[in-house]
Amino acid sequence: MPINLRAKLVENILDFQSIEQRPTRDGYGQGLVRAGEENPNVVALCADLTESTRTLLFQQKFPLRFLEIGVAEQNLAAVASGLAAVGKVPFISSYAMFSPGRNWEQIRTTICYNERNVKIAGAHAGVSVGPDGATHQAIEDIAITRPIANMTVLVPCDVEEARKVTVAAGKFVGPVYMRFAREKTPVFTTAETPFEIGKAYVFWAEPDGRKPDVAIVACGPLVHNAILAAAELEKEGTSVRVINNPSVKPMDEKTIIEAARDAGAMVTVEEHQVAGGMGSAVAEVLAKNYPVPMEFVGVQNRFGESGEPSELIERFGMGVKHILEAVKRVRERKRD
Amino acid sequence: MSHLHEDKIKFLEEMANQIRQSIIEMLVAAGSGHSAGPLGMADVFTAIYFHILAHDPKNPDWEGRDRLVLSNGHICPVLYATMAHAGYFPVKELKTLRKFGTRLQGHPHRMALRGLETTSGPLGSGLSQAVGMALGLRMDKKLNWTYCLMSDGEHDAGNTWEAAMLAGKERLHNLIAIVDRNNIQIDGYTENVMPLEPLAAKYRAFNWHVIEIDGHNFEAIVNAVEEAKAIYEKPTMIVAHTIPGKGVDFMERRFEWHGVPPDAGDVSGAPPKGEQARVALEELRTLGGKIQSEHQ
Repeated sequence: MPINLRAKLVENILDFQSIEQRPTRDGYGQGLVRAGEENPNVVALCADLTESTRTLLFQQKFPLRFLEIGVAEQNLAAVASGLAAVGKVPFISSYAMFSPGRNWEQIRTTICYNERNVKIAGAHAGVSVGPDGATHQAIEDIAITRPIANMTVLVPCDVEEARKVTVAAGKFVGPVYMRFAREKTPVFTTAETPFEIGKAYVFWAEPDGRKPDVAIVACGPLVHNAILAAAELEKEGTSVRVINNPSVKPMDEKTIIEAARDAGAMVTVEEHQVAGGMGSAVAEVLAKNYPVPMEFVGVQNRFGESGEPSELIERFGMGVKHILEAVKRVRERKRD
Repeated sequence: MSHLHEDKIKFLEEMANQIRQSIIEMLVAAGSGHSAGPLGMADVFTAIYFHILAHDPKNPDWEGRDRLVLSNGHICPVLYATMAHAGYFPVKELKTLRKFGTRLQGHPHRMALRGLETTSGPLGSGLSQAVGMALGLRMDKKLNWTYCLMSDGEHDAGNTWEAAMLAGKERLHNLIAIVDRNNIQIDGYTENVMPLEPLAAKYRAFNWHVIEIDGHNFEAIVNAVEEAKAIYEKPTMIVAHTIPGKGVDFMERRFEWHGVPPDAGDVSGAPPKGEQARVALEELRTLGGKIQSEHQ
């Protein structure tokens, strides 16, 4: 099986019945407590969403290092900037729609331009928020954070990677945006799966001695869909390389360019608008270094709506079926 | 009442006058920038940097310093001029304001100039940052004061009131804010653009201690800060009533001078363009002489 053994993924990765399901926001909660244990200067702030962003775990453990800001996301960001000015390492959390959605300018000016060591956790990102509907489904957050100078953008693929992302953000000096989801999704990485800021990882490799026919670069929980798609493709005799690309900025250009060179065609997958998201960032890298035909799986210039998370992923064209279709399209465009 | 010796008051008045002259000179050299606000706040800045603030211009990163956030970054000519006269950098560098490669960016940028506590310009988020600093210092049981200088116009911004609410909730007694109540903003008089009154009552309702003063009276400025330091369990807002353009007759109280430098203003009652800086500097120099004679 072409699961990359060095990625140390779970064994039942293809078994949707038995695989554990947990939301990535749980990983933020755990990672935040860990970051707080490692550094007494870590403080946490929340905007009236302490339980649902999982900041509660930190509040319970370090009540004097927690600040309730209320429903005031602009204040959330700028107060964090002030805390960082006196040596604190603030983690701020809300729904991604409101932070970085509502407080973008405060993040840009008082945190990024001002070079303040603040960590921004955007919870409930993507359409998989589900029944809450489009007002609460952040599908532009990667596009608005990644162009800001000094900003790092991280999108974990499951609860385990979310925990690692949060701990790594605490150690990293500089502004970081981390994207989390509400819905339970497959836990397919393990404590041994490597994670480093600035690195992409091959989770599914083409068979030995064969070039991949296509490379799929994905981030967030949809990485699992990309792997399911790869398993289907393998059955048909198509060789695939799937890359988990959690570090949207800075991006692991070497791994991405290598995949484009080896496969000659690429599909990107993300639960985000295709305009400005992770796929756009990949396209920027390839256009400059090694252009190949690309297809972008993601939200296509529309708003979300209410529905069950799995239903919405399908309706908005981000299911396994859609990845397979994108692979077919990109292969047809491939130059020989 | 005041702890200020007469000689100190005289020194502060003369320093404020020099700072006003520097403001005129740097704005003319820059060819753009804000005139009215910086001139109006020259006395408050002088009182802070030459009497109130614990700071060390030769060691701007000194741990024991008080923190000063300038929220309305557009009045930075007065901040730069005051810092230069206080010894943070050479006074002659003021003429680089807004020019390529300068440390004196059009709106203050912390990473460009040592001694700035923050980057500012977009209005309404300075008080939040000051609240964050005061909270962080209090968590560490540090006794440094945090000051926030603000404009009245930026009270149109919701972010300002979010910060005011949090400071009241947290009973941040180590936070002292001073609002430049000069009644003007770009589009006109504040009470026409977006009425702010009763401003003092609003802050009281947000659980702040509020003091209203004449922002050109050094004793009043220093006394207000002393009073603020004696108030426990509440942050203090000092509403400093100032005259925009203070010290230059043809600019005083005219909102048209909010965002225009001397020699570029097409404002009724002003000298012709090209003559404005000369007239302003002459008036300030004469006024300096008058102040001196009054105290002799």
